[in-house]
Amino acid sequence: MAPVVVTPASETLMNSQEKRLHKQAMQDRIFRGTTRFFAFFVLALLAGILISLLIGAWPAIQQFGLGFVVGTEWNPVTGQFGGWNSIRGTLLSSFIALLIGVPVSFGIAIFLTELSPVWLRRPLGIAIELLAGVPSIIYGMWGLFVFAPWFADNVQPWLTEHSAGLPIIGGLFDGPPMGIGMLTAGLILSVMVIPYISSVMRDVFEVVPPMLKESAYGLGGTTWEVVWRVVLPYTRSGVMGGVMLGLGRALGETMAITFVIGNAQQPIHSLFDPSTSISATLANEFTEATTALHTGSLIYLGLLLFFITFVVLTLSKLMLLRMQRAEGH
Amino acid sequence: MTAETTKAKLAVKNLNFYYGNFHALKNINLNIREGKVTAFIGPSGCGKSTLLRTFNRMYELYPKLRAEGEILLNGNNILDRGVDLNMLRAKVGMVFQKPTPFPMSIYDNIAFGVKLYESLSKSEMDDRVEWALSKAALWNEAKDKLRQSGLGLSGGQQQRLCIARAIAVKPEVLLLDEPTSALDPISTAHIEELVHELKRDYTIAIVTHNMQQAARVSDYTAYMYLGELVEVGETDTIFTTPTKKATEDYITGKFG
Repeated sequence: MAPVVVTPASETLMNSQEKRLHKQAMQDRIFRGTTRFFAFFVLALLAGILISLLIGAWPAIQQFGLGFVVGTEWNPVTGQFGGWNSIRGTLLSSFIALLIGVPVSFGIAIFLTELSPVWLRRPLGIAIELLAGVPSIIYGMWGLFVFAPWFADNVQPWLTEHSAGLPIIGGLFDGPPMGIGMLTAGLILSVMVIPYISSVMRDVFEVVPPMLKESAYGLGGTTWEVVWRVVLPYTRSGVMGGVMLGLGRALGETMAITFVIGNAQQPIHSLFDPSTSISATLANEFTEATTALHTGSLIYLGLLLFFITFVVLTLSKLMLLRMQRAEGH
Repeated sequence: MTAETTKAKLAVKNLNFYYGNFHALKNINLNIREGKVTAFIGPSGCGKSTLLRTFNRMYELYPKLRAEGEILLNGNNILDRGVDLNMLRAKVGMVFQKPTPFPMSIYDNIAFGVKLYESLSKSEMDDRVEWALSKAALWNEAKDKLRQSGLGLSGGQQQRLCIARAIAVKPEVLLLDEPTSALDPISTAHIEELVHELKRDYTIAIVTHNMQQAARVSDYTAYMYLGELVEVGETDTIFTTPTKKATEDYITGKFG
């Protein structure tokens, strides 16, 4: 390289270089400021929603206090509102959905990543992703007009007959086979969460290093042992994320549930009984709510749904942290 | 000891291997002798890892791979359809290029494979874990943290953990696929010493890119090129007076 000689020309070069650096630093600051604004905007939005819910729910909060959570009476005529029926419906239907959805999704994900012939993987994977794209009202209609009658005619009597007399389970499947009700809602929900959970599980299973799996197979492990003892622990946080995504959807799901849960503000004795959930109550009654107390009670329910989702997500994060700490990371 | 007096643990006969239409191993004939270390050398893509992976049929995990010919383990053809893959892999252990500890404690890493075949009591399992870790020269470093994650060990320790895990199931053959390629020189030296120790009890096949390593650790060396076995013989002979010009060129660094 030629020796650098400082000439007027190279001075102007340095000046222009300084200018460029200055401009770049400016751009960087603007960019940083913008992204920071977006990030904090989300927080502001969250706080705004929370505050407006609180204000809207204020009449009901004043009237019923925390007793609203456990109150079972919901009577717009007498102005008596309690949210327990709805809260129970939301929790129970989501629980049923996960109880069925998680093992099935796990099976689907194992099949797609470990067992399926290669040519079948893509079409099957796409089909499952398409399931996720079906609008929830379609699930609701299908659940009400197709699934519920079939379920009432073929499955419910069988369940009642075969579970009768069994401890604990016996009571769950008692009562008239009406098709709609808590169990149907849970089942429809499970179909709706399976695509979410299984595609997340498949994605995280796919990124497990092949060499790690080979090591486990190399010790003579069967597919089940390798998946259960090596792949699943390795992908734990991802799998947990998938389950939470499904749970989030199940907790907030409105349309499909409103169709099949029965919309009855009443105590339930078995899973066949019609019930309601927070979102179903909201969807059903918002147009009819005339008094401030009724509207306030509905918004209070919404606030509780917000709260439940928040608590569930926080708990799952904490659980994950604890598991990781136990592992010694 | 001469080649004739030791038994062939693995006898490879007319082995051909295909990745789909690609002919990756061409008519390989070779004996791997019991209680000896056999090293496979050759440039990248010559098929040495592929050959190693036929010994425990690891290739079966992937579609479109197939092997033709015979590989006799103690006289039985392991390529037969009826062979139980899990039992085969219990007899033929494998250690990979990179350490692959399972996401569990050091103790469980060792116990994982053992539990698949044997139901040991707690104290028997404790003994086995200690035995395997001692064999892999890791006991002193790991004995106080058996319950901690295997992922917390250093790279060299992780690789010794993988070796301990492989020998814990008491295999007959140990396959080492470039076991030191991801390790620093000191860890590499540890592993090489370990190979020396282990050959008393196991038959070892090692794939390596490092020719000095092959010279240091092995009794026999096989040189492969483009899917063919060019030459195999006692390591001393291969490195001093190879019979084939191609082997000599590779070893002296004229090529590869």
